[in-house]
Amino acid sequence: MTPGATEISGPGDPGLSTTAERRIVIGDAGGAPDKEWVIVARGLTREYDMGGEIVRALRGVDIAIRRNEYVAIMGPSGSGKSTLMNLVGCLDTPTAGEYWLNGMLVSEMNDDELARIRNREIGFVFQTFNLLPRASALHNVELPLVYGGVPATERRKRAAEALDSVGLADRKNHRPNELSGGQRQRVAIARALVNRPSILLADEPTGNLDSTTSAEIMNVFEQLAASGQTVIMVTHEADIAAHAKRVVVLRDGMVESDDRREKFATRMNG
Amino acid sequence: MHLLDAVRLAFQTLRVQKLKSFFTLAGVTIGVMFLIAVVSIVEGMSSYMENDFVAKLIGVNTFQLRRFPMISDASESEWREWVRRPRITFDDAREVAAALPEEALWSVESSDNIPIESRFSRPRALEATAIDGDYFRIRNMEISLGRLISPQELTLGTRVAVIGEEIATRFFPRLNPIGRTLKVGGTSYEVIGVAAKQGSIFGMSMDRFVITSANAPLQRLVNPHNLIDGMKIKMPTTDGMFEARETVRQVMRGRHKLRPSQKDNFVMETSESALEFWRKIEGNLVIAGVILPAIALIVGAMVIMNIMLVAVSERTREIGIRKAIGAKYRDILAQFLVEATTLSIMGAAIGVALGIILSQTIAALSPLPAAVAPWSIVAGILVGAGVGVIAGVYPASRAARLDPIVALRAE
Repeated sequence: MTPGATEISGPGDPGLSTTAERRIVIGDAGGAPDKEWVIVARGLTREYDMGGEIVRALRGVDIAIRRNEYVAIMGPSGSGKSTLMNLVGCLDTPTAGEYWLNGMLVSEMNDDELARIRNREIGFVFQTFNLLPRASALHNVELPLVYGGVPATERRKRAAEALDSVGLADRKNHRPNELSGGQRQRVAIARALVNRPSILLADEPTGNLDSTTSAEIMNVFEQLAASGQTVIMVTHEADIAAHAKRVVVLRDGMVESDDRREKFATRMNG
Repeated sequence: MHLLDAVRLAFQTLRVQKLKSFFTLAGVTIGVMFLIAVVSIVEGMSSYMENDFVAKLIGVNTFQLRRFPMISDASESEWREWVRRPRITFDDAREVAAALPEEALWSVESSDNIPIESRFSRPRALEATAIDGDYFRIRNMEISLGRLISPQELTLGTRVAVIGEEIATRFFPRLNPIGRTLKVGGTSYEVIGVAAKQGSIFGMSMDRFVITSANAPLQRLVNPHNLIDGMKIKMPTTDGMFEARETVRQVMRGRHKLRPSQKDNFVMETSESALEFWRKIEGNLVIAGVILPAIALIVGAMVIMNIMLVAVSERTREIGIRKAIGAKYRDILAQFLVEATTLSIMGAAIGVALGIILSQTIAALSPLPAAVAPWSIVAGILVGAGVGVIAGVYPASRAARLDPIVALRAE
């Protein structure tokens, strides 16, 4: 049992399937959440103006994620999971609602403040890896530290350590095109972790990988979760989502269900 | 992100895209190259004019009384007025000399191209000058062989000549010309002195002259009876020169019977007035020398802006990645601005080097002198940097304003 899993099954169980139950944990608007909650979103709404027509991608999502949790966000395409990921990842701000990350009210921040939050609090892992093609693995991993204002020597040391931790110590000077898909995703994970973020946010991390490599990468996530890293993974594949300890399912811009893995699996099978 | 990181990043990008960077540089390089070359040549000519040319022709604290200016860019109508003016005569010169203070030096001179020959060479028409007064002292002429013409010889019109270095070697090859005979306009003169070598001005040799007394037969060949080209007056001080100019003006106005309302119908040229003419040309040259490179620089700026806009759209995804992992507006702005500026400073640096080479080449192949002004190097680099900043601002701000979500979706 991982420490994260123990907490989830405790009294403040966040895997709560009814809106009424979730309300209790999430609390009232405007109030800063307790320290144990790394993410609290209240009535998160995001509307897009598509040439005069208002598209409501998110229609009041309530979600609370505890430190050290391993959560999958699922949903078919058009369910709003990408929009939710952009909001959780501080790439976007909600049209309405509150988003608290690590005790900070992110939904009120401007672009530069969001950039700083992304740099310090969030580690992104993308489906398409999103490494800089002309830079070495080491330089790619170094990049968040460059924008974090870390001095060059320390930067290099920390980037090398991060690469080492994903088993790529000997690929430091390789460029992305000299690495396999699995290795590229490991570089991306190293880059995501190098700033010791509050949450690791993965968007379809195995979408571009074969099943063997996918298993490898999922293994990395599991180890990270076990070591106490908060992991949030967005996916549309149920078997990938099943690796997480908790699964949030979105549909039509709203939370359809929010369960522990066991319960989710039962429902999927039943 | 620190500036150093931005510069390092810029060099990385330039290294990866060598050919594209080279073409990007070309405009700025050419602009700065011509800026440096033109400024160098104008500066070179300027210092030459001020230090050598005018001093050699006219001299310090010296002015020249003539019918019209020796160097000018006169219009057609001015010319027509000038050629109607009365000429300067020996009588004018005598009266002027009498009115001048004791310490004044004065000389009269008349020159023309006259056939010259010797036993050792074929005849050739070259400049011969008939002089009187303190000509040699005003010109500060030094002698490398023999002696100058004495005042007695000047007065008597003795048939003796002082010649320039080039005349000596042309008419008396590998011989000592002193005591030998030189025929000037059919009359034989004894060479008594060879002047020290003076070099050339814009390719014109300053050592190609023959000087005799104005009382010798040469005078009749270079000017009609009683006429002279001009008179030179040298004073010990600048203040003295201005006073002497007024004295000469009064004498000449009297002799030409000018009413107070009439303008002078003669000129008194100083080195300053000759320089003024040069400064007018210099002004035009500098304007041309600035406008032409400026056009190249504007083109260079447009090329850089265009290349940077292409770079921004090519690297939209990169910008998205950078923003996702924490690059702020000013980080991206700095990245592209520094890249554009680094490019154009490199272009400018190459332009400075090529400009120096170009101006030295021009100086070596033509009589134009060139002096590379240190300020023009600094200006060249600064202009290059300025072009980079100006050309980079718009593409960089476009990059920095990109929405990270949209940018990440780019191909």
